[in-house]
Amino acid sequence: MSAIIQVSGLTKHFKEAKAVDDLSFSVNEGDIYGFLGQNGAGKSTTIRMLLTLIQPSSGHISMLGMDLRTHRRQILQQVGTIIERPDLYKYLSAYENISLFASMSGIKIPKTRLMEQLELVDLADRAHSKVKTFSQGMKQRLGIAIALVHNPRLIILDEPTNGLDPQGIADIRNLILDLSKNHQKTIMVSSHLLSEIEIIANRMLIIDRGKKIMEGNVQDLFDSSKMIVELQTVDPTKALEAIMETKWKNFFQRQNHDKIIFEMNKTSIPELNKDLVQKGVQVLQIQQRYSLEDYFLSLTTPQQYVGTFEN
Amino acid sequence: MWELLKIELFKIFRKPRTFISFGAIAAIILIIQLGLKFDGKSYLELMMGDISDSFEIPYDMVLNGYFIAFVILNAILIHVPLLVALVAGDSIAGEANMGTLRLVMTKPVSRTKLMLVKYFASVIYTVLLLTWMAILALLASILFFGTNDVIIARNDVMEQIQKADILWRYIAAFGFAAVALSTVAALAFLLSVFAENSIGPIVATMSIVIVLTILSELKIPMYDNTVKPYLFTSHMLGWKGFFYSKTGADGTVISGSIENFPAILRSLGILLGYIFVFVTTAIWVFRKKDILS
Repeated sequence: MSAIIQVSGLTKHFKEAKAVDDLSFSVNEGDIYGFLGQNGAGKSTTIRMLLTLIQPSSGHISMLGMDLRTHRRQILQQVGTIIERPDLYKYLSAYENISLFASMSGIKIPKTRLMEQLELVDLADRAHSKVKTFSQGMKQRLGIAIALVHNPRLIILDEPTNGLDPQGIADIRNLILDLSKNHQKTIMVSSHLLSEIEIIANRMLIIDRGKKIMEGNVQDLFDSSKMIVELQTVDPTKALEAIMETKWKNFFQRQNHDKIIFEMNKTSIPELNKDLVQKGVQVLQIQQRYSLEDYFLSLTTPQQYVGTFEN
Repeated sequence: MWELLKIELFKIFRKPRTFISFGAIAAIILIIQLGLKFDGKSYLELMMGDISDSFEIPYDMVLNGYFIAFVILNAILIHVPLLVALVAGDSIAGEANMGTLRLVMTKPVSRTKLMLVKYFASVIYTVLLLTWMAILALLASILFFGTNDVIIARNDVMEQIQKADILWRYIAAFGFAAVALSTVAALAFLLSVFAENSIGPIVATMSIVIVLTILSELKIPMYDNTVKPYLFTSHMLGWKGFFYSKTGADGTVISGSIENFPAILRSLGILLGYIFVFVTTAIWVFRKKDILS
């Protein structure tokens, strides 16, 4: 699988501060690539360097097989983007905005496509309304229509769910999945909502203070790390006795009130459930606690994670 | 490049604030025209001073469209830089403030081209503003007051320019004013690159123009040959030179003549030099600028 984005040794200084520090990663064709990091970790700076808004202090960026420094125009013709919030010309209509940005894309775009894009994001009936009358969600949808209007191969989304309500977040998530699955787009998405990345991304990069902490396949990251599994039963004492008689005692950590806590791989959960039911334990709930968010926090803020864990 | 220029002009002329300038100019010109229509005689008496005691002034003849246009240009051309700064100062900083600059810069558009196009769009706005002013000040005044010879008061001397000799002077004066105002646009444009809201560059441009204009007008000999010749504000009123003619031995104006054409050319050259420096500096800074807004 070919790399659509190849970044090596990327560094950015703002005066004395190092916002991005020797960052290297690659995004493959067809990836939904999650880009995680806490506020100030350097995600937006990195994305802005990919989009040539910020000039790197050092390092190399290659996109779509071309050097970004020498082929900026050719690369950006094939990139669609939303950077944080979609700031648009508020005094213009939705149609005028999409038409204006389409004209800048360097590709001849038929007028019919503009309306198609507005229909795609459910804004066709507001095409001629001024953007200043739009809600945040509508602006975000218009931003997506603008990002997609020139049919880019690569879509870069920086915090695309910022300021959206739950329905808006779900819509964006579904759109990203649809673009990947049905339109074969490569998508790089950063978000604070780590649970969103967990759901949509196949690969991800975690950065902290400008440095790469982890890069890899989301599934591998889950499988390679132990999870906290919480078990709730009708009778915890009976359940604990049953556990101590089986191999599951090796995974047992502690009892916390009515919850029995294990450290184990999530793929073992069905087998645990089956064994307990066979021993007559009435299982109310088995919940994995070691989500990507916990994992992410453990990598970026170990002390906080330990505190949470112990509590 | 043409496509980008069309986009910039579209953005400028879809902004309601753009038309404030056109409205303001229309209002002030109409006020001056009405004032002179109903009380032009008093204005002329004030302007002529003692001369009106010695000569009988043919007020109806003097108060003609060409003369009114000259009065209007004298009164308002000095204030137009503010209106030009409103648009030129907004060109980059306004987009940075709205956040649209970053979306624009993710498009496959060269920064140099974008800057040139934005400056050209500001110049086109300036020229259109001046054309609007010319239509109202000249054409409307000709319609309301008719045409005749123009009396120009200069250094206690009255010069009479024949009406057949005046129209080309206005065209040349508007052309010169377009270059002078484009210099202000270039300054506002340069300052706009450094700011993230348009108020800063607009206020800064006006402050610079005011300070330098005061300096240009100061009657301190030490500055006459050291500072004043190099200030662009010293050359911005060079358009008046087209109305100053050579006079013959009998004191009459020589038709088609300009008293000091080399001085006008020199002023024009200095203004164009400033435009070149301001615009190239703006492009150089913008090419290196990180878009953080």
